Amino acid sequence: MAENGAFYRTMTRRQLLAAASAAGVALSKPAWAQSMIDLPLPGGPGARQVTTSFPQKGPMILQRTRPPLLETPFEVFDKGVFTPNDQFYVRWHWAVIPTDIDIGKFSLTVRGHVNQTLSLSLNDILHGLPSVQLAAVNQCSGNSRGFFQPRVPGGEWANGAMCNALWTGVRLKDVLDKAGVKPGAVQVRFKGLDEPVVADAPHFMKSLDIDHARDGEVMIAYAMNGEQLPLVNGFPLRLVVPGWYATYWVKMLNDIEVLDQPDTNYWTKVAYTIPDTPHASTKPGETGVKMIPINRMVPRSFVTNIASGTKVKAAAPMTLRGIAFGGDCGVASVDFSIDRGKSWHQAQLGKDEGKYGFRQWQTQLTLPGAGEYSLLVRCTNSNGVAQPDVPNWNPAGFMRNVMESIDAIAV
Amino acid sequence: MFRNLLPAVVLLGVASIPHAAHAATPFELKSVKLDLPDSDKMFPDGPGSDVINNNCIACHSADMVLNQPLLSKQAWAAEVNKMINNYKAPIATEDVGAIVKYLTAFKGAK
Repeated sequence: MAENGAFYRTMTRRQLLAAASAAGVALSKPAWAQSMIDLPLPGGPGARQVTTSFPQKGPMILQRTRPPLLETPFEVFDKGVFTPNDQFYVRWHWAVIPTDIDIGKFSLTVRGHVNQTLSLSLNDILHGLPSVQLAAVNQCSGNSRGFFQPRVPGGEWANGAMCNALWTGVRLKDVLDKAGVKPGAVQVRFKGLDEPVVADAPHFMKSLDIDHARDGEVMIAYAMNGEQLPLVNGFPLRLVVPGWYATYWVKMLNDIEVLDQPDTNYWTKVAYTIPDTPHASTKPGETGVKMIPINRMVPRSFVTNIASGTKVKAAAPMTLRGIAFGGDCGVASVDFSIDRGKSWHQAQLGKDEGKYGFRQWQTQLTLPGAGEYSLLVRCTNSNGVAQPDVPNWNPAGFMRNVMESIDAIAV
Repeated sequence: MFRNLLPAVVLLGVASIPHAAHAATPFELKSVKLDLPDSDKMFPDGPGSDVINNNCIACHSADMVLNQPLLSKQAWAAEVNKMINNYKAPIATEDVGAIVKYLTAFKGAK
């Protein structure tokens, strides 16, 4: 079980100074103008700036300025199942990101193993193809990496590298059909406008198998939550791969290449691979494990209305509320336990906005007497897969989905 | 949001949205031109800080490294080599040792 508070302590200036001085960190002056947050990452450091300096974005937890890694503050998840665009988390691999995009000049190329190479304008996409909508969670492969023990290098996220939006766009299948996929196609590779600083570094590209690309669910989105995408979330077009980790959701998508051979590019073959084991789990130092590309998401659930360590009234009814998602399918049930997993009770599920999205859950419970309680929450998805009660571990910090627990002190 | 839960529960089973439904209204995009913020944060002074500042912050801001947990010397060496071999960071061979030493001194697991 993972003891991660739903909300993280906001540090006082004095605490921060002490922490900074203990770590020998020279904090630059503008940091004081912004608020700080303390993510409860085991062994630290957990202090992060909450920044409002990114255009089109509200307050975000600053994990890295360039290229941007911005985490969604956890309290946002209590407000509803759709994450506001201005607080939707952000993750880029390379620092050369276009900041001037003229919608009249932008084009999406479809090429490779097709009958006809296409160069589609945004007008062609918005007005020349059927429009579809879908709610789907976009979650970083390494969401919650900062809770891995032993700790692993990478983006040291707490639980806020996941968000849900209502995506509007066109089916990838319709775009591929327009180009005419030739017999013998095996994969489709996606590339965006972002570029590495170093010229010979591998351009970020991801591939999907041809049948997946043509399943009618994978889409090219031009809107999220009814508005155009913020630039740092992939304006003007982003691939949406429902139920799959966000690494496949290529941002600023401008190039689609149909391949007649399996993709061997670095980002598909080497990066973003997981141990081919239950829960993608290995032991630290273990070698010779077969690795496969990361793929479908797994179920998760969180309490969003109470922070760990909250004092509540004993022997009085209280509300527990949160969000869950099934991963690659819907949520079948969310269960909670107040006795460290001896007995479980089903929570009520909120409106189903689509099987790939967040689902809110809620329950009333009474902590019978004074004392410390560990409240556990567990999602079981519609494929019958439940969250495990022990954390997984792998060297890249991928696919964490251990059932969460929060401490409540009944007084 | 949860104010809406009770009516929503009543509607369950009939209200689930098909996975791809036609969007209702036409949609237009607007061109975007903006600036992304940068960071002027440098690595804290210490033996090798000039080497790490010169080699590492061209591709990413220093905060990424400062936010990392304490790692072993071996793990830091693996990170630096990953930057060179996988991400083509143009780091001179003679600088690698100083960078790993700096990281181990500043953020080394005890």
